[in-house]
Amino acid sequence: MSTHESAEMSGHGGEVERAEPTGPPVPETVAEPIADPGLEDHVDRLADIDPKAERRADRQVAGMFALAALLIVGFLVAFFVFQIEVDGNVAEAVRNSNLALGLTLGLALFLIGTGAIHWAKKLMSSHEVDHERHELRSTDDVREAALADYELGVEESGFGRRKMIRNSLIGAMVLLPLPAVVLFRDLGPLPGDKKAHTIWDTDVRVVRDGSFEPVRPADLEIGSLVNAMPETFEDLPESGPARINERAKSPVILVRMEPDEINAAEGRENWHVDGILAYSKICTHVGCPINLYEQNTHHMLCPCHQSTFDLADNGRVVFGPAPRSLPQLPLAVDDDGYLVAQSDFTESVGPSYWGRRR
Amino acid sequence: MSAVVNGAGKVVDFVDQRITASNWLKRNIRKAFPDHWSFLLGEIALFSFIVLLLSGTFLAFWFKPSMTEVMYEGAYTNLRGIHMSEAFSSTLDLSFEVRGGLLMRQVHHWAALLFVAAMSVHMLRIFFTGAFRKPRELNWLIGATMLFLGIVNGFTGYSLPDDLLSGTGMRIIEGGMLAIPFIGAALSSFLFGGEYPGDDAISRLYILHVLLVPGLLLALVTLHLMILWYQKHTHWAGPGRTDRNVIGYPFFPIYVAKSGGFFFVVFGVITLISATIQINPVWLWGPYDPSRVSAGTQPDWYVGFLDGALRVMPAWEINIFGQPLSLGVLIAALVLPGLVLTPLILYPWLEQWVTGDWREHHVLDRPRNQPVRTGIGVAFITFYVLLWIAGGNDFVATIFDIPINWVIWFMRIAVIVLPPVMYFVTKRICLGLQRRDREKVLHGRESGVIMVSPDGEYSELHAPLSQEAAYELAAHRRQTPVQLDPETDENGIPAPRRRVEKVRARLSSFYFGDVVQKPTVHELEAAHHDGHGDGHGDGHGPAPAALGRGEPEPPGEQSGIGTAPQP
Repeated sequence: MSTHESAEMSGHGGEVERAEPTGPPVPETVAEPIADPGLEDHVDRLADIDPKAERRADRQVAGMFALAALLIVGFLVAFFVFQIEVDGNVAEAVRNSNLALGLTLGLALFLIGTGAIHWAKKLMSSHEVDHERHELRSTDDVREAALADYELGVEESGFGRRKMIRNSLIGAMVLLPLPAVVLFRDLGPLPGDKKAHTIWDTDVRVVRDGSFEPVRPADLEIGSLVNAMPETFEDLPESGPARINERAKSPVILVRMEPDEINAAEGRENWHVDGILAYSKICTHVGCPINLYEQNTHHMLCPCHQSTFDLADNGRVVFGPAPRSLPQLPLAVDDDGYLVAQSDFTESVGPSYWGRRR
Repeated sequence: MSAVVNGAGKVVDFVDQRITASNWLKRNIRKAFPDHWSFLLGEIALFSFIVLLLSGTFLAFWFKPSMTEVMYEGAYTNLRGIHMSEAFSSTLDLSFEVRGGLLMRQVHHWAALLFVAAMSVHMLRIFFTGAFRKPRELNWLIGATMLFLGIVNGFTGYSLPDDLLSGTGMRIIEGGMLAIPFIGAALSSFLFGGEYPGDDAISRLYILHVLLVPGLLLALVTLHLMILWYQKHTHWAGPGRTDRNVIGYPFFPIYVAKSGGFFFVVFGVITLISATIQINPVWLWGPYDPSRVSAGTQPDWYVGFLDGALRVMPAWEINIFGQPLSLGVLIAALVLPGLVLTPLILYPWLEQWVTGDWREHHVLDRPRNQPVRTGIGVAFITFYVLLWIAGGNDFVATIFDIPINWVIWFMRIAVIVLPPVMYFVTKRICLGLQRRDREKVLHGRESGVIMVSPDGEYSELHAPLSQEAAYELAAHRRQTPVQLDPETDENGIPAPRRRVEKVRARLSSFYFGDVVQKPTVHELEAAHHDGHGDGHGDGHGPAPAALGRGEPEPPGEQSGIGTAPQP
């Protein structure tokens, strides 16, 4: 390399290596500007040279361990002192017990930890060790020997030669996972059309959730919202999952607005009763129960992911990630003047899924 | 010989005569481990996992993973007479009738949050320092798998108490499953033993939570540590620290004391948090009821980004063969995690292929010396954090009094626009820092002393770095883009796999094309002779001549300075 070229390099800074894309790489000797000075000298700590500092560290460590021991005793005392079987405020008793147990145990653990670390940092040797790394790759002869052993094994087993044995074994092993998969078949039934139907049906009364009282149109003021269930929900068996499963599908919300504010879609003109509308409470996004209602806009918000539905406009999605309108339950009034359903929902409630009823 | 050594000697003698233990001990007991605060992150993850195993075992003595409905008659009067699952009522019993039960529940929950957080930050540390490079790709893979399993187990655990929040979380998972085409409804039916929520899910999630997933985690963490032990720890560049050695304190006694002590510190801190900060007071939420929800529901932090994705996705739904396909849910719940996880897991191999660097690396990268990798990492963090914030968009709207629709629209745009912006900004910062390092090596650090020349010109005096300090800044390897071989060899035969190689060369120059190189020996010598040389050069093109510092020199004369040793 000529004098001139090397000086050019310095002038061009970091650009040098890219000046000629096909040029030779910078030789390593030129590439490393600073030689490795080698390990720094060991610097003594205060405790290494000052006996007073050493004794102080010694006392500090022992002090932490001793305090931890005291705190452990404190934990045992607290366990029996802070009773939680009380007549009065259980939550408060539990809170006190939790605080006392947690503080004593936590501090004890913490002090054992800091004591050990302090010991290591102040009093144990501070000399670093320098260990050589070995290349992780085996040497060539070891690799060859290993390969030869493997090939010998293959040869001795005849795995390569005995094709019939090999193929039948592979066949058996390929089939073997199937029983394991099939065994899990009875984890649950096929979904069938259960997701598509609820217990809402013709003339099933709408009852308030909680009190399970039937609802008359006059009970609802304009702007109000009521959580409701089908009356037949109460007939479901107490044991087993039937009730909670239905609870995940059939809850509805009743809202009342001025009839002329309702913008009913074709075929839905008679689904409301004097401005009372019923919609599924299960969000069509991923199934959270919707519950935040804004009276003056008739917007209903799902608190989980903020899908917003316009209840005056057939439950249409006005914002958020839900892809479909809230299913509407067609309402009517029975002979006794109570709200009833005209039928089940006309589509599946809740999130979209392959095979959904529409 | 002290009593300690005598006692230990007897044990070693017994074991040695049976499994040659001394041989192993001799090689391992003084194993060198380097010291650095960032190496503690993995330890926090390990120790919180141990705390999880301990506290979880305690909880399992009382918890009943059953969805059988019972009427609560326990100590907490506010819920007496309410119907609930046995899982929920046994969780209440654990909290109100077992002394220390609430503490252990809170320890378990806090430790879980810390476990996933420590794993995540540990993984970022590994990424930004290049500790995933050969030979540590296997541990990267195991680590990524553990992070995934940790999140899965966190979620299954979150579902177990069967309170209102956990049920809502389960319902959202069901919604995600339903979005899977063809088999969504069947999958849901299999998991829940029929219709949602059924009465099977909790006992099924329980066995996953206490046996299968922790078993896998325990096996993987063991493997992780064995590989770490065998490969020896990485260390930072510095005097005497190379790819051929490891400098550190001996495992015994220093790290037995320090890491053992650190376990107690982690355990202690988790316990102190659990003593003082309430987490998941399920008795306030009440038992699960699919028709109820409370506003402002939030999942545990590590699920937040998925919830955020669900919130910001537009309401896309298409029809295929007359069937609905909820792209909005499908992308957020399944496609996005896949898109995030796959490149994350494959990253070590991607980078190796692009850079053509198949060497073993044991000295860590400073993030600035890998501007593109660091930029990619920061872009990833930006994407993740934005989704995470979007998971609390209702809080953002409430706290800052902004319409929620604006927040969502901002997030929709930001998750696409901000990551590339942050990539670019980060890369520029890295290049700037590299230039500064280069300047320091060439000219020393700025001393803050201003000199006035006889001509009345002001300049700052540069103090030379110590050799140790300069070596630290220049110890990293030079990185040059992969060179593309000529299209045809001398006989006119086209090079094989030319197109792939072209892509690779392009990616490689994307990685290293504008990296600021550390000075060469020639440059350093030139700088030392000259005193200022290309002091203001930025590694791009010739330095503006002397930039008003020192007397101008004719170009010819300048090139005479810094003569390299002649061959």
